Amino acid sequence: MLTCEGLVLRQGDFSLEADVLFPDGKITALIGPSGAGKSTLLAAIAGFLQPADGKVRWQGQDLTMAAPGARTISMLFQDNNLFPHLTAAQNVGLGLRPNLKLSDAEETAVIAALANVGLDGFGTRKPSALSGGQQSRVALARLLVSDRAVVLLDEPFAALGPALKDEMLDLVKSKLGAAGKTVVMVTHDPSDARRIADFAVLVADGLVTTPVQTDVLLDNPPPALAAYLG
Amino acid sequence: MAHSVIPVTARWPSAAAAALVLLLTLGTLGAVAWRAEWGSGLAPADWAAIRFTIVQALLSAGISVVLAIPVARALARRRFLGRQLLITLLGAPFLLPVIVAVLGLLAVFGRGGILNNGLLALGFEPISIFGMHGVILAHVFFNLPLAIRFILQGWLSIPAERFRLAATLNAPVGRLLEWPMLRAVVPNTFLVIFLICLTSFAVALTMGGGPRATTVELAIYQALRFDFDLGRAALLACVQFALCVGAAFLAWRATANDPMGAGLDRVVQRYDLGRAPVDHALIFLAAAFLLVPLAMIILRGLPGIADLPDTIWAAALRSVLVATGSALLCVSMSLALALRGGALVAVIGVLPLAASGLVVGTGAFLLLFPFVRPADMALVVTMLVNATLALPFALRSIAPAVAQVNADYGRLGASLDLKGWTWVRLIVLPRVRRPLGFAAGLAAALSMGDLGVIALFAGQAEETLPLAMYRLMGAYRMDAAASAALLLLGLSLLMFWICDRGGRADADL
Repeated sequence: MLTCEGLVLRQGDFSLEADVLFPDGKITALIGPSGAGKSTLLAAIAGFLQPADGKVRWQGQDLTMAAPGARTISMLFQDNNLFPHLTAAQNVGLGLRPNLKLSDAEETAVIAALANVGLDGFGTRKPSALSGGQQSRVALARLLVSDRAVVLLDEPFAALGPALKDEMLDLVKSKLGAAGKTVVMVTHDPSDARRIADFAVLVADGLVTTPVQTDVLLDNPPPALAAYLG
Repeated sequence: MAHSVIPVTARWPSAAAAALVLLLTLGTLGAVAWRAEWGSGLAPADWAAIRFTIVQALLSAGISVVLAIPVARALARRRFLGRQLLITLLGAPFLLPVIVAVLGLLAVFGRGGILNNGLLALGFEPISIFGMHGVILAHVFFNLPLAIRFILQGWLSIPAERFRLAATLNAPVGRLLEWPMLRAVVPNTFLVIFLICLTSFAVALTMGGGPRATTVELAIYQALRFDFDLGRAALLACVQFALCVGAAFLAWRATANDPMGAGLDRVVQRYDLGRAPVDHALIFLAAAFLLVPLAMIILRGLPGIADLPDTIWAAALRSVLVATGSALLCVSMSLALALRGGALVAVIGVLPLAASGLVVGTGAFLLLFPFVRPADMALVVTMLVNATLALPFALRSIAPAVAQVNADYGRLGASLDLKGWTWVRLIVLPRVRRPLGFAAGLAAALSMGDLGVIALFAGQAEETLPLAMYRLMGAYRMDAAASAALLLLGLSLLMFWICDRGGRADADL
């Protein structure tokens, strides 16, 4: 279980409080106006931002002081999710071994993960030789080979066209869901949340609400969300 | 405790690099200050050297800038075949060994050179190139291209829209646009060149000399090498350091310009064009002034290159080894410092700019002299000093690239648990290959052509190619010297090309 306990985040004048419990093996969407702190919350969970107070826990274990790479968390950012000078297979391999010294079994796992996201035989290509959608698939394959149980998505598909974005969201649902990952995704588009998120959380006015089922939240929006949805 | 958003790397490489830079700059300065004979004060000859140093640097910088302004203006507003090539060539003197250029200038302006042959044929008295005007001529040869590039950059930084607006208003472009730009750019350019000329040793060694044309650096060399007067050499080194720090401080305050800057390939659409022949003549004269001496090296050197004595080839091998070592060390130190980042690193990165090779060399000599025969350490010390003096230029190329990698991929790397050598090897090195190769090439070429520290330390058995060439010139074996110069020029450019090429080859970014 991924939890934020009395988490307080401050950046200049901005502050955000979070007391949230993210359901295991489910996809939870963070919805809210821009500037509300969705990405900031994700950065704190990932370990890029030290909270002013409170704790981040995974299965009860305190992660607050752990370095980003030492947490059982992987993350996709808005851009630069692949290293352009490494091949697709190497980019995926980083999810298994940061030093890329892979055993034969691990090499096989990399090839299987690429095949799993529809990139059979693309292992030797570099990102520049892949389309935007294919690049996103490589990043997903890296999440799949990794044994990290939590996945944070900071709008990694925002630059893709609508159809391609939906395709990638569906892939997130089917593949990461099947792998039993606990997914927390930022989105500013309620239809993204409806499409794949089991639960949704509203981030607004310096507060983070408790996760409720996505349809329930969006069908009966609280005032802050109603104002955002328009 | 805040987590770093960039992958953690080991601290010791940057600490070691910083320690070496501090030892070679402030450490050698300390040795020099400690050993200086403060009591005796400066002799009249020393005051003359100080005066000459400052006057020649002022004149060299002034002439370079004044000549550069019309040429830069011509280049800024004319489009012609080979313009880009010429602008690239204007960057080349940075890589050109000083001693090679001096030989080229002698071939044109020296006794028996083109100019004097012409004068004799017309019935005039030949002129001598040695002395103050020779020093200034060589300095202008080196710094005119630099000044042109600086000022050209200023011209091209004026937005094209301003020229259009000025044209519609029928306003005087010169007073409205060009004069304010020159007022901003020219003082900086002047100071940078002034600083370079203050610390130039090889030019004074070859073109100057004698009581009327001795720079402080040359006086240090003579005190150490001929008089073996360590106290006086140390005192002069302190003077030289004070001069450099003063000028470097002025230049640092005044300049934010980058002489290696790109983007000089633009021609701004102008509406005030007249007198194209004047512009073209200026460009032609500047190009001829820069290219004819180099062409003379090739013409004179090529026939004898197969007959070069073995000692020259041995010296060439030594030079290549020193340059290779210096480039590797310089690039490693720069990378270590760039990975560390921070204000302290920035300070360490500019410290060598205020140091001069002769001051550092004198300090190193004083530190080593009690323990070993300096000649035994000549090549090692030369390599260390060359690497340190090239560090600011290498760092300027590498540090922004490393910062870019951290900005783009630092979080991704941290979240993937990439750290230490793995992060450097897998991500940083491949992504900074181009600036790394360029910096290595620069450091190698600078070291290859260096005639400074080595002259203080080396005996016959340790001479590098520039020193061997200088000794050939001293023995008036000018054809052999020209062949050695051609070899030196070729090797310098080759080393730069190999490193730069190595950084570019199939680097997909």
